[in-house]
Amino acid sequence: MSETATDHEHDHHDHYPGGITRWLTTTNHKDIGTLYLLFSLTMFFIGGAMAMVIRAELFKPGLQFVDPQFFNSMTTMHALVMIFGAVMPAWTGFANWLIPMMIGAPDMALPRLNNWSFWILPFAFTLLLSTLFMPGGGPAGGWTMYPPLVLQTGQAFPFLIFAVHFMGASSIAGAINIIATVFNMRAPGMTLMKLPLFVWTWIITAFLLIASIPVLAGAVTMLLTDKFFGTSFFSAAGGGDPVMFQHIFWFFGHPEVYILILPAFGIVSAIVPTFARKPLFGYSSMVYATAAIAFLSFIVWAHHMFTVGMPLAGELFFMYTTVLIAVPTGVKVFNWIATMWQSSMTFETPMLFALAFIVLFTIGGFSGLMLGVTPVDFQYQDTYFVVAHFHYVLVSGAIFALMAGTYFWLPKWTGHMYDETLGKTHFWLSTISVNVLFFPQHFLGLAGMPRRIPDYSVQFADFNMVSSIGGFVFGVSQLLFVAVIVKCIRGGAKATNQVWEGAHGLEWTLPSPPPYHSFTVPPEPSSIEGGMR
Amino acid sequence: MTFSKHSNPWRKFVVAGLLGLPLTAMADWGLNLTRGVTPYSNTVYNLHMLILTLCIVIGVVVFGVMFYSIFAFRKSVGAKAAQWHESTKVEILWTLVPFLILIGMAVPATHALIMMEDVSGADISIKVTGYQWKWHYQYLDSGINFFSTLASDSNMARQLNSGVDPKTVPNYLLEVDNHLVVPINKKIRFLTTAGDVIHSWWVPALGWKRDAIPGYINESWANIQTPGTYRGQCTELCGKDHGFMPIVVEALSEEDYAAWAAKMKAATQHADAGAAAPGEVVAQK
Repeated sequence: MSETATDHEHDHHDHYPGGITRWLTTTNHKDIGTLYLLFSLTMFFIGGAMAMVIRAELFKPGLQFVDPQFFNSMTTMHALVMIFGAVMPAWTGFANWLIPMMIGAPDMALPRLNNWSFWILPFAFTLLLSTLFMPGGGPAGGWTMYPPLVLQTGQAFPFLIFAVHFMGASSIAGAINIIATVFNMRAPGMTLMKLPLFVWTWIITAFLLIASIPVLAGAVTMLLTDKFFGTSFFSAAGGGDPVMFQHIFWFFGHPEVYILILPAFGIVSAIVPTFARKPLFGYSSMVYATAAIAFLSFIVWAHHMFTVGMPLAGELFFMYTTVLIAVPTGVKVFNWIATMWQSSMTFETPMLFALAFIVLFTIGGFSGLMLGVTPVDFQYQDTYFVVAHFHYVLVSGAIFALMAGTYFWLPKWTGHMYDETLGKTHFWLSTISVNVLFFPQHFLGLAGMPRRIPDYSVQFADFNMVSSIGGFVFGVSQLLFVAVIVKCIRGGAKATNQVWEGAHGLEWTLPSPPPYHSFTVPPEPSSIEGGMR
Repeated sequence: MTFSKHSNPWRKFVVAGLLGLPLTAMADWGLNLTRGVTPYSNTVYNLHMLILTLCIVIGVVVFGVMFYSIFAFRKSVGAKAAQWHESTKVEILWTLVPFLILIGMAVPATHALIMMEDVSGADISIKVTGYQWKWHYQYLDSGINFFSTLASDSNMARQLNSGVDPKTVPNYLLEVDNHLVVPINKKIRFLTTAGDVIHSWWVPALGWKRDAIPGYINESWANIQTPGTYRGQCTELCGKDHGFMPIVVEALSEEDYAAWAAKMKAATQHADAGAAAPGEVVAQK
């Protein structure tokens, strides 16, 4: 299995074209990783700007800024941009940068595919974002694209479908590359059960991608033929079934949410032991828990559709499988906390974000458990309680883990330490404002405010104002994140190889910044520790 | 969320921010799910409180251990890191205990679900049809039927930059021209469907929502025990005016309901004789 990946013809020279040609033609995992991460950061701000429009309109009752149709296209595009443009490419960027260094390889297994899978993305999102300027406006039927509503989209419709196809192709290519790399390019001695958890979680994520994205592609293609070629897969009037779309979509959609969060578990599992200076409590149980979550993610999809009307047996089945996910997820949280017990902790910015992740993700997990219980979901479904839930797991979950990971490996990537004071300021502003932003939304949902509405009854006014203020502060705080990154790229204290006192793993044995081709000679097998470090 | 001694003032600020502001708002409206006015909605409320309490207790214990670790095992106070890891006993324990808690939760949840799905023995059946962007109600037993749309004062105030302060509009966005009138203490069966795109019919006081889907007829039921006016909204994105198709249920005593039904029926027959549009029927209410 673990072939040595030494005989690369470009072993001895790091030369590459300068300027834009370098970035267009690069097959280097670090360059492509950087491209992914910068692309993701750009999308984070574009999606964030849309969120600001949403929160501005919801600041007080009445319509002040946008008409309802544009509001709907903002919620739709915000979700598509954040999920497919910000979070997924960011994880692929981390995978590109880190996996070859973590497994002792010189590069990814399929470098040209790697280039292609990145460069699809700018085209996909140009297509998607251009729809905002088309007659009829951007897609406004929600990111879930439920028919028949989505079929009322104007000229944006085919662009939406093709953009989704592009994003899917990019993700599948990225996933294939990661699987090929981990299964073929591990250094001698790097057995599967010694892989760092970030690599493990990504492997499982990659299988989820390969299994679920083609399902989405099929679903949106059927939408396309329903709209333009006279089929009626989803049209009741033509003998089709609008609910079938929801089943197909969520068969993709639920694994998708784990695609967004599993690599986060990997990052937190790397950061907590580092700053606790203590091995991860249960390495193998973390691997099995991740695999269990991935398996369960394929048999819970209809919990997104409890209110569409299902046979009693179906509702019971999906309730039981859904709440069962709490078990392996709990195992993960308990493992992180057991790692902290009797440790010796310091609280640099990556650790702060990782600790906030554990608390806030768990709060999102609790609301997820509540939503999984079918009879009460009949109340919660499609309210702000759901909005609060998935933003807790995606913003203070996935995105906080991305920030933790960025601060953690930025010194390795750039060779410079980042500004710790700015980093901590960014952390505290983000953590406080994210709670002011999303916590009141639990109350709004329980009090009866539906999601995806541009205006609301006056009884919801106070918490919406609080939430909007939190949103604006959170949005502005992210400029600090950019400032830290730019400052760190430009210079700063020289980073050592190990960077953090408690850091273990092959990437910390390389210089900071690492050479253009990570491991041209495989590392000594004796230097490979277990993945619990 | 405090990790260093320098940030204590911050913590106070956060607590004030998170708790203080909502407290001032509590006078206006609740923080929690409504108890509702049906036996089912009460069951749902109790289940909600049970799971919420469980989550809070688990959260306090788990975060308690975590914050204790953060406090006690700091390098800055000289904590030395132990190097132990792995314990199959502990792993089995923290897999089994949550599993048992889940079973404890699933039992009442299953009971509630079985109760909700039993639509047999209904006294009245009402067909609810969602359209962009209004509701149509049809009383299957008596033939009474009418549309229900957003009240005109709300509709005026909700236009972009209307200049009308929503606070001056009674029941802003939660009022309709024709209420859905129902009797109390009767098992009412709702048959939900839609004429164009998917909608969802939700009145929180009844304890459930149900999607209205073209080509499907969903069944659900309610037995309202308190007379009153209960408001809700469409909860499935259905296009531009999704936020502007509220639901108002008016629950009357049996006598009042009978009087209302007789009046509506007479109006319907009168209108049928005159071949008037359904819209005019309701105008005589």
